[in-house]
Amino acid sequence: MIEVRQVSKTFNGQQVLFDINHSFEEGKVNLIIGQSGQGKSVLAKCIVGLYEPDAGQVLFDQRNFTDMERNERSQIRQEIGMLFQGAALFDSMTVEQNIMFPLQMFTKKTRAEIQARTDFCLDRVNLAGRNKLMPSECSGGMQKRVGIARAIAMNPRYLFCDEPNSGLDPKTSIVIDKLIRDITQEYKITTVVITHDMNSVMEIGDRIIFIHQGKKWWEGDRHSIITANNPEIESFVYASSFMKEIRTQLQKK
Amino acid sequence: MNLLKQFGRYILMLSVVFSRPNRWHIFWKQTITEIEHIGINSLPIVALMSTFMGAVIALQTASSMESPLLPDYTVGFITQSSTILEFSPTILSLILAGKVGSNVASEIGTMRVTEQIDALEIMGVNSLNYLVLPKITAALVFFPVLVVFSMALSMFGGWLALLVSDLTTTEIYILGIRSFFNPFHITYALTKTLVFGFLIVSVASFHGYYVKGGSLDVGKASTQAVVNSSVAILIANFILTQLMLLS
Ligand SMILES: Nc1ncnc2c1ncn2[C@@H]1O[C@H](COP(=O)(O)OP(=O)(O)O)[C@@H](O)[C@H]1O
Ligand SMILES: [Mg+2]
Repeated sequence: MIEVRQVSKTFNGQQVLFDINHSFEEGKVNLIIGQSGQGKSVLAKCIVGLYEPDAGQVLFDQRNFTDMERNERSQIRQEIGMLFQGAALFDSMTVEQNIMFPLQMFTKKTRAEIQARTDFCLDRVNLAGRNKLMPSECSGGMQKRVGIARAIAMNPRYLFCDEPNSGLDPKTSIVIDKLIRDITQEYKITTVVITHDMNSVMEIGDRIIFIHQGKKWWEGDRHSIITANNPEIESFVYASSFMKEIRTQLQKK
Repeated sequence: MNLLKQFGRYILMLSVVFSRPNRWHIFWKQTITEIEHIGINSLPIVALMSTFMGAVIALQTASSMESPLLPDYTVGFITQSSTILEFSPTILSLILAGKVGSNVASEIGTMRVTEQIDALEIMGVNSLNYLVLPKITAALVFFPVLVVFSMALSMFGGWLALLVSDLTTTEIYILGIRSFFNPFHITYALTKTLVFGFLIVSVASFHGYYVKGGSLDVGKASTQAVVNSSVAILIANFILTQLMLLS
């Protein structure tokens, strides 16, 4: 469980996050949704410490991350896996080396154990045998999957995914979403996914918070979001005419 | 004020860079790769530049030697001393500031804007230490090699030019090169080289690491890196010359 307590963040006099409070639950896919530029990525980066919050605290299973020194943080970070919006694979390394990297850096595993773990992770994201490809030779969807494989290499307790299906076709998106959900349930990790894709929301949204203008505007799950009585949520959920049409049809009944 | 702030940030960066690597074998592997990137790949340009530089110094000296009071071997001597004292360490470093500095800044800058640095940090890696320390080490190890190589080639270039233009004989040129040779000048030149190599790589890393925005900003940062490391070299050159040759 990750607890966020009264986190605020300001950039150059412009406040981006206002007093965010939330608990992200273990074994669940916790979604952060909202329109672009509302502060979702900043919130995620404040949680993992890529940005320092101006106020507030973040606790990873009761451990106060915010007050820690660099070395102590490094310990917790080895329990965090993160999939970045652009996958952020190390482009000078092969697919395999990307996944091996954290294992070589932080574990005392032998070469053979590292190879086995790498192959396992690649297999887990359906990329078995693609070990020697360079990131530049992979499609967007493959890069995301390698990103996931790298994120889970160290058996993380916490998994963060920033817009895992941006730039992907709907079918590949669903594959990625399912992968994230399965991994979360299988290993009982605390997963936080940022998205603005309603498909993902309906597919994997166990717990959802809606961020608007830097505030936690609403929280619920994939069932309650459909009927949420809130104009900003409605305009988010029913942004597409497809969804609007469905709602009108439902309301007629 | 802004300059002071930047400088403070630069010093802070260095204090993070110089920490113990998490895994020595990864550090050494990176360092070898960087020696190849930063050092070996610079050999062609260093060779080309040094040969022509030596040739031109020798020709210019020969052309201005009208006084019969100057001994014949002056050409060799001047080529030797100006190469060792100034041309090889300083001009070479300025050229490398352009080549290596822009490479390093754009490499690290690209890693920043594509979130690869964030990915390192998230894993718990000290990204500055991991990325920058091998580059600095490689520069400290290999820049002296480049400079000695450059010195030798400059003198060779000078000899070739004089011979082709029929301005002196090999014996006299070599006599000139060997006259008044001061070993301390080599120490001075190599000290300068180490300082310049450090400045080039650390300043370029600084500009790359703290870049904000997209690929356009990476381009700007790498230009800034070249300009600032060149200025740093010029200032350091002045200070080191004061300290080492005149006191
Ligand atoms: N490093 C930064 N410096 C200044 N402003 C930033 C920075 N990162 C994000 N912002 C601003 O914070 C706001 C929220 O950004 P972000 O969290 O990336 O939005 P999103 O919800 O689309 O992920 C935006 O207005 C953005 O311009
Ligand atoms: Mg974002």
